[in-house]
Amino acid sequence: MKLTERLHGLRRLLREATGEAKWDDYLAQCRVDGTVPVSRRAFERHRAHVGGNGPQRCC
Amino acid sequence: MSIKTTETAPGRLRSGPSGIVWAVIAAVGAVCWTVLALHRGEDVSALWILFAALSSYAIAYRFYSRFIAYTVLKVDDSRATPAERLQNGVDFDLTDRRVLFGHHFAAIAGAGPLVGPVLAAQMGYLPGTIWIIVGVIFAGAVQDMTVMFFSMRRNGKSLGQMIREEIGVAGGIAALIAVFTIMIILLAVLALVVVNALAESPWGVFSIALTIPIALFMGFYGRYLRPGRIMEVSLIGVAMLLLAIIGGGYVEQLGLESALTLSKEQLTFALAAYGFVASVLPVWMLLTPRDYLSTFMKIGVIVLLAIGLVLAAPSLQTEALTQFGKDGTGPVFAGELFPFVFITIACGALSGFHALISSGTTPKMLAKESHVRMIGYGGMLMESFVAISALIAACVIDPGLYFAMNSPAGATGGDPTAASEFVAQLGFVITPDQLTGAAAAVEEASLISRTGGAPTLAFGISQVFTEAFGGDLAAFWYHFAIMFEALFILTAVDAGTRVGRFMLQDTIGNVWPKFGDVSWRPAAWSASAVVVGLWGYFLYVGVTDPLGGINQLFPLFGISNQLLAAIALTLVVTLFLKHGLTKWVWVPGIALAWDLIVTMTASWQKVFSDNPKIGYFKQRSVYNDAADNGEVLAPATSLDQMDQIITNSTVNGVLQILFATLTLVVLISAIPIWVKAVRQGSLPTQEVPKVESKIVAPQDFFATKEEKEAVKAWEAEQRELADSPAGRGGD
Repeated sequence: MKLTERLHGLRRLLREATGEAKWDDYLAQCRVDGTVPVSRRAFERHRAHVGGNGPQRCC
Repeated sequence: MSIKTTETAPGRLRSGPSGIVWAVIAAVGAVCWTVLALHRGEDVSALWILFAALSSYAIAYRFYSRFIAYTVLKVDDSRATPAERLQNGVDFDLTDRRVLFGHHFAAIAGAGPLVGPVLAAQMGYLPGTIWIIVGVIFAGAVQDMTVMFFSMRRNGKSLGQMIREEIGVAGGIAALIAVFTIMIILLAVLALVVVNALAESPWGVFSIALTIPIALFMGFYGRYLRPGRIMEVSLIGVAMLLLAIIGGGYVEQLGLESALTLSKEQLTFALAAYGFVASVLPVWMLLTPRDYLSTFMKIGVIVLLAIGLVLAAPSLQTEALTQFGKDGTGPVFAGELFPFVFITIACGALSGFHALISSGTTPKMLAKESHVRMIGYGGMLMESFVAISALIAACVIDPGLYFAMNSPAGATGGDPTAASEFVAQLGFVITPDQLTGAAAAVEEASLISRTGGAPTLAFGISQVFTEAFGGDLAAFWYHFAIMFEALFILTAVDAGTRVGRFMLQDTIGNVWPKFGDVSWRPAAWSASAVVVGLWGYFLYVGVTDPLGGINQLFPLFGISNQLLAAIALTLVVTLFLKHGLTKWVWVPGIALAWDLIVTMTASWQKVFSDNPKIGYFKQRSVYNDAADNGEVLAPATSLDQMDQIITNSTVNGVLQILFATLTLVVLISAIPIWVKAVRQGSLPTQEVPKVESKIVAPQDFFATKEEKEAVKAWEAEQRELADSPAGRGGD
């Protein structure tokens, strides 16, 4: 695997870890469907709204 | 058509390290263990412990976890996981195995594995080392993995739900009460650790207090300024956090020293207020950003600690087995090695609380069944490694200082001369000047009786980092360590209070549905107040306890955490038998049997022991009799304090009985099912029937060549499907 591919993979993993990949996926899906994406603000607001009850933490 | 993952026969070596490499790892482990067991000379390097741990983990992961996954549980990657079947992008969410490993680890690891081993170090380094490593391999990691597996097979049901459905209503109710009350104790003890670490420490208070505005800033940044840029805002947050730690060194120059020198009582109220506010505020404002900070710090510190230990290669200052390990008379916590080492170190070896996470968010995010091995078993091994690092940090400190820091104030008298004399009685030497010097080196007013484990660990870490990275940064490293411990704990306290609030609302919602509405303010506020009030009470009791709060409450926390593990393992044994896995029932069975022996012995001793230092009720009667005669027994200094001790011992003793009883209720309700299942070979369960999986993903941390090719081919097929008009309409 080329270095650029590896770096791309690492970036993707980090974005998945923070949840930012959801936005990337949404944009990609909009491109495929040919729809106009909503603003990032509206997207994140919606995600926060449906996003459950916050982090689960242990000891 | 879909492509399945490459199935691997159990026990067969996949491409990767060959047999020779494993033989070398086994040999390294054997040498390390032999040195630890036999070496009684002057200098034992801490690296022996570190490498004994790492090689044992590697072997256990490669062989035992693999055996459990493929031979015992028979994980089936052609079976769709709940995340695949019920994917909704919210709670059911297919997640990359490496990302989920990170999430799961961040969820299970907090301050627990840092604190327990530090306290257990009073018995020497060997008992703790053995229990952390053997315990995790045969109990803790097995529990986490099997609970995760069974929850995954039931659409991610919680521990309580599974117990109710698979064991019965009585067991389910007992488990629910146990989880709630145990959580209250957990929060109180963790909060007590923070209070003890921050009391009379203006530097610490300055840095920790600043984490709240930093988190609020991050919250607003992520919501209004640059929505969704988590990585960006987290890096800004971590930078601000480091500035806050450095800034703490200047509290005197800033004129804030006296304003930030807080007593334990003041900190208790501050923490309770914080817990309440965090529980009712929207999560994006405070909880979520704090969680990012805490996770980044967690990963950073653990990496730093591993590097620091290898670079510094410190020598262990404590003996393998101290006198207190032999006779159980140590000042840090009362009781003999068996059972008390095994309950003092819970997290890192076996922690019942993990069963809540393993049956919470994680099973709803697994992409493949085989990932329970890497995430459940592997995640717990990682937590165990944190515990081992903490144990090492505590054992490289001079024992005189260790005991001066960890003995209750009633024993050390709180001043250098008296503390030095007390430590001399224990058989160690530390001069009053050395005690003042150690405190000055980390810019603290005093290190005497800074119980709770956090300051000791911070001192050890500061010593290791100073040795490893050089420079004159001891004070910075000390406060850096205090900061991350407090950050972990506050994250657990705020998230825990919120979880407790939801549990309470949910339970009361069964009889009064309106109360169960989590967005109904009167319910949210009153439930939060009840939860904070409960843990706040125990925190206050711990803070004002004349006998020293940590040594009274920590055993209660350890026992309850492991009783919760017994409840979880009872469920696992039940499901093994119901599924007809009778032949393999020893896998969770040895963990359950050992855990029951330990917790029931400890519970028995805490309730019935004739030694007032151990038995809560004996303690009560000794102080009660004295108070009746108008006498004041040390360390109490007034009749009021005598009353306080009497009340505390009674409450602790009653709780101890309650916890053990609840566990026994679950166990006793399960036994008839065991008998029936063994007689019939198996019993019907709530397992969701198999649905063929359509996705392809590698099994382990590192994908094999075949797996990579399979994933590539599958991805290409998916793209083709998505691009074709036929492929799009279906969704």
